[in-house]
Formats: sequence, structure tokens, C-alpha cells
Amino acid sequence: MEDVNHPEATPRKFTRRDVIKGVIAGGAVSSAGYLFRASTVGAQVSAPGSVDRLITLNVNGQQRRVDVMKQETLATTLRYKLGLTGTKLGCDRSECGCCTVLLDDVPHYSCSILTHTARDKKIVTIEGLATADGKLHPVQQGVIDEQGFQCAFCMSGFIMATVGYLKANPNPTRAELAHGISGNLCRCQDYDKILTAMMRGAELSRRA
Amino acid sequence: MAIIRDIMPAFELFQPANTDDALALVAKHGKDAWVMAGGLDTFDWLKDRIKRPKVVVDLSQVKELAGIRPWNGGLEIGAMTTLTDVVRHPVVREKFSILATGAEAAASPQIRNQGTLGGNVSQDARCWYYRGGWNCYRAGGNTCYADTPTAINREHAILNADRCVAVNPSDSAPALIALDAQMVIRSSKGERVLNAEDYFVGPDIDIMHMNVLRPGDLLTAIRIPAAWAGTHFYFEKVRDRNVWDFPLVNVASAAVFSGDRIERIRIAVNGVAARPLRLKQVEDAVTGKPRNEATAQLGGHLAIQGAEPLRYNGYKVPLLRNLVKRAIRGVEEPKWVS
Ligand SMILES: Cc1cc2nc3c(=O)[nH]c(=O)nc-3n(C[C@H](O)[C@H](O)[C@H](O)COP(=O)(O)OP(=O)(O)OC[C@H]3O[C@@H](n4cnc5c(N)ncnc54)[C@H](O)[C@@H]3O)c2cc1C
Ligand code: FES
Ligand code: FES
Repeated sequence: MEDVNHPEATPRKFTRRDVIKGVIAGGAVSSAGYLFRASTVGAQVSAPGSVDRLITLNVNGQQRRVDVMKQETLATTLRYKLGLTGTKLGCDRSECGCCTVLLDDVPHYSCSILTHTARDKKIVTIEGLATADGKLHPVQQGVIDEQGFQCAFCMSGFIMATVGYLKANPNPTRAELAHGISGNLCRCQDYDKILTAMMRGAELSRRA
Repeated sequence: MAIIRDIMPAFELFQPANTDDALALVAKHGKDAWVMAGGLDTFDWLKDRIKRPKVVVDLSQVKELAGIRPWNGGLEIGAMTTLTDVVRHPVVREKFSILATGAEAAASPQIRNQGTLGGNVSQDARCWYYRGGWNCYRAGGNTCYADTPTAINREHAILNADRCVAVNPSDSAPALIALDAQMVIRSSKGERVLNAEDYFVGPDIDIMHMNVLRPGDLLTAIRIPAAWAGTHFYFEKVRDRNVWDFPLVNVASAAVFSGDRIERIRIAVNGVAARPLRLKQVEDAVTGKPRNEATAQLGGHLAIQGAEPLRYNGYKVPLLRNLVKRAIRGVEEPKWVS
């Protein structure tokens, strides 16, 4: 692994990287101050062999360079450092699914994985589904066709869970899809309609 | 309800690339190190600031600890294999389907996509007094808040409680015990292999830990012997909601019948004590007997011997009895619709 024996193992006083880190951390504090209290952000001194804070993530097909604290969850990085606020935080406890993103095509709760753990994965968020020219993903289209959601706070999570599930099982029955996306909750509770929209999305995906 | 606070307090994070590096790190940092597999049992503790490890050793990059390999006619499952990979594995499904059923009954799809089999068997108690940071026996204090006259203890233990009344919440554990699995534990000092049922400990032995792991130890693999491959399995989990909720009670059994006689059987249950229980007394009593209602009655009756319900969990006594009965005599195939 790249981090074993990385340069921080050798003692030195000051590097360009430290300056960059300082600048980036400072920026984060000003944009989402309530999240990044001094006590938690503190000057993190790295022990030899521990992870490097400045990392490159592959998000929605782009390489994004970002300064990530060791204890930072992927949801925090996406929302507060990369500006990808389509990923929602409902519970922050793996109990609602609002924060679902794809890591190498597999749905994960981004509130419950460290960004450093996801570092080598292909990360896809709701912002990454539509094509560059704005054409919606079939599952997004299904939501519009069927008017799947009410307030839609849970929507990006449901869509990401469905897109991920369809990669493993492109032609599910309604019951199979219900089971496949059962890790998502909707506060407005129109599950039947959501499922109809997702089934429509599955159908459109197969045709696409 | 959990509270969303700001981000977690700082810790040092190591991501070793292989088992030897991981072992060296946990040996070096000892009690200061928190081993993290999928992290899904871990993050609540850290987010609530109840456990504040100085060092987290994230095993996610140790590729050699994940994956399922043939082993002595059975299987060796790396501790870092996700529950989803266990559920989807063709040989698990074909020969040891009870493990697939048990693993699939846990948590939610996203949790199973990330949570590991090693983490599932090693997860800590879900007693909310303990999880809420109350200084109970399990946390090193000297009282049990779940066993007071006003305590809310619907989910707690009916068997083998000793001061602490928390239960083990794992859905895969009873399936592994029924399959007579072995747990492979490594430390920098070497390797030891334990029977699955001996991996877990109750409060009479160690009130602060649910398993035998100590600082410096890693669970590296779980081995499933060929002995119970393709036998007759039964798994049932009773819970409030079909997703997320931990078992109120679950049961797992593997049996071989000759004609209508029970030739050999292993039965394990969870959610009733601080460790998953292998019901040896039931197994002995029903072995050699016909597989019928009378034998099931006998087994169910024996399973609840010594049960001591708390104020709100009396329902677990008939639940346990009935699940054990079902495991022995079977039921019509339940139709799973979710
Ligand atoms: C909302 C929610 C609902 C859930 N519902 C259920 C359920 O219904 N049934 C069920 O069975 N589970 C349930 N779980 C638990 C979930 O399945 C487990 O959290 C998960 O399997 C633990 O795996 P992990 O890899 O994420 O563990 P981690 O959190 O990484 O680890 C759990 C514990 O085991 C230790 N550990 C893990 N791996 C090793 C290893 N290789 N060597 C040494 N120590 C290790 C860690 O130090 C930690 O103490 C639920 C969890 C959540 C958050
Ligand atoms: S915010 Fe991640 S599961 Fe609820
Ligand atoms: S539509 Fe409102 S939370 Fe789902």
C-alpha cells in the first residue's frame, strides 16, 4: 500500500504539503463551520505509516483532489468539501438510506464509511447519473414519469440504491426490487408509488 | 434516536495492506487500537463519543482477509468477506444455505454490502443503556440499568444472565454454530482455532466482552467443515421490522434424518443470552427420536429450562420454545415476501 513508508515517516519540519493542508482545512471550516469544530479538526499530527490526508478521489468520473480528515465520513466529504449536496444525510447512523452512493457500482451508506476507506473506489453520486448533455438516467426518468416522490428528501438515496441493485439484477420482480432497496426509508411513506417509479426506471434501463 | 453531531473526534488511522502489517499494528498499539472491518458496528460508538480509540486499524485494504475458498471439502471464509458476498456465494447457497439465510436476515442491503462476516460475529451488545454510554457492568461500572424495576428490557436476555442482561445480536452466529464452524484467530504470537461456540463468552466469564478476542488479536477466517454440507437446515429470525431490526430471537439448526428418525442434529439460538447458545441438551434429547410433534415438544420444553424473564421480555420464553420446536419438526416452507 502506498502509505506504508510514505514521506511523513521521516521527520521534517515543514513541507509544501503542510501549507496546502492548512489552506484546504481552513476553507472547509469557513463553509461548514458548525461541522468542523476546532476540537475535532485540530492540528492532526500524522504518525508514521498512517494515512495521508491529501488524497485524490474518483467521483462521478472526475479525479478530485481533497484534504480529508482521518475520521471523516464520505458523506461529509461529498457534501461539505466537494459541494455534492444531492447526497442527503438523514440519520448519520446507517438507518435510513438517504446518503446512499455507489462504490464500484455497489450501494453503500456514505454516512457510515470513512472517506479514506473509499479512496480507491469509483464513487458515483446522484449528480453523476445524468449524461454530460443533461440526459437523465433511466431511473431518474422513471421517477419523473411516475411522479415517484413527495418531498423527495429520500429520493437520491432510493435512486442510487435502485441503480446499484439493477446492476446486479437488471430484471427484478416487484417483490425482488422491494427487497433489494429495502435499506431506504421514506418519511412521506409512499413506498408503493416509489416502487412503481423504480420499476419503471428498471424497465427504461433495460430498453436503454 | 441517534443525534447527528459534528464529525467524529480525531483518531489516528492506519490502513495496512496485508495481515502481517495489520497484526504488527494491533500488537504495537494494543489497547489503544480499535480494529475496524466494515465499521458498521464501530461508527455508533465513535460518533457518540462513548469509545474514543486513539488508533483505528482499518482492515478494508487487507485483500487477503476477504474471499471464500475451498477448505477440506468445506469452505474457508475470510473474516473481511462482506455479508452480501457470503449470501451470493454459489457454494454457500448450495451446501451451507443456512449461512446465506442467516447473513441475509441481518440489517439492510447496504449494511450487508459493507458489513463483514467477521464483524457480524464480533459485534458488541445492542443494549441501549450500554450503547447510550451508561456506566453499566459491561462498560466497567457496577450496575445493570436494564435490570431495574423500571427498565425497558423487551429485547434483553432470558437465559444465563449474570449481572448483565444484554444479548448477542448476531444473525450469522447461530448459523455458524449449527454448521460446527471454526474461528481462526491470529496474533503476532501465532494462530489459534476455536469452535464457533467457544468464540463467544457470557458475562459469567467476561462481563465486558462478547468474544474471546483480546487486544492484538485478529479474527482472520471462519471455516465451515464438510460434515453438515447439504443437510437439512432450518433458520428463522423473529424481529419487529423486516429490515434493520436485530433478532428478538433467532434459531438455526442442521439435521440429518434417516427415515423419520433424527440421526444427528445441531441447534443454536441467539437473542436470548449474552452469547449465542448451542442447545446441546436439546440435541442430545431428540437425537434418535422420531421427527414429530412429541419430539419437538420435548426439545422446545428443554430449550426454555432455567429461563428467567425480565419485566418486559416474558414473550421470549414461548417464542424460543416455539422456534426450537419448528427447527426440530419443520414447518411448511414459509413464503418470504418483503
Ligand atoms: C442499523 C443496523 C442494523 C443492524 N441489524 C443487524 C441485524 O439485524 N442482525 C445482525 O446480525 N447484525 C445487524 N447489524 C450489525 C451489522 O450486521 C454489523 O454491524 C456488521 O455485520 C458488523 O460488521 P462490520 O464489518 O461492519 O463490523 P465492525 O464495526 O468493523 O466491527 C465490529 C466489531 O468487531 C471487531 N472486529 C471486526 N472484524 C474483526 C476482525 N477481523 N478481527 C478482530 N476484530 C474484529 C471490531 O473491532 C468491532 O469491535 C446492524 C447494524 C446496524 C448499523
Ligand atoms: S444518513 Fe446514512 S443511512 Fe441515514
Ligand atoms: S418523499 Fe419525503 S422522505 Fe421520501
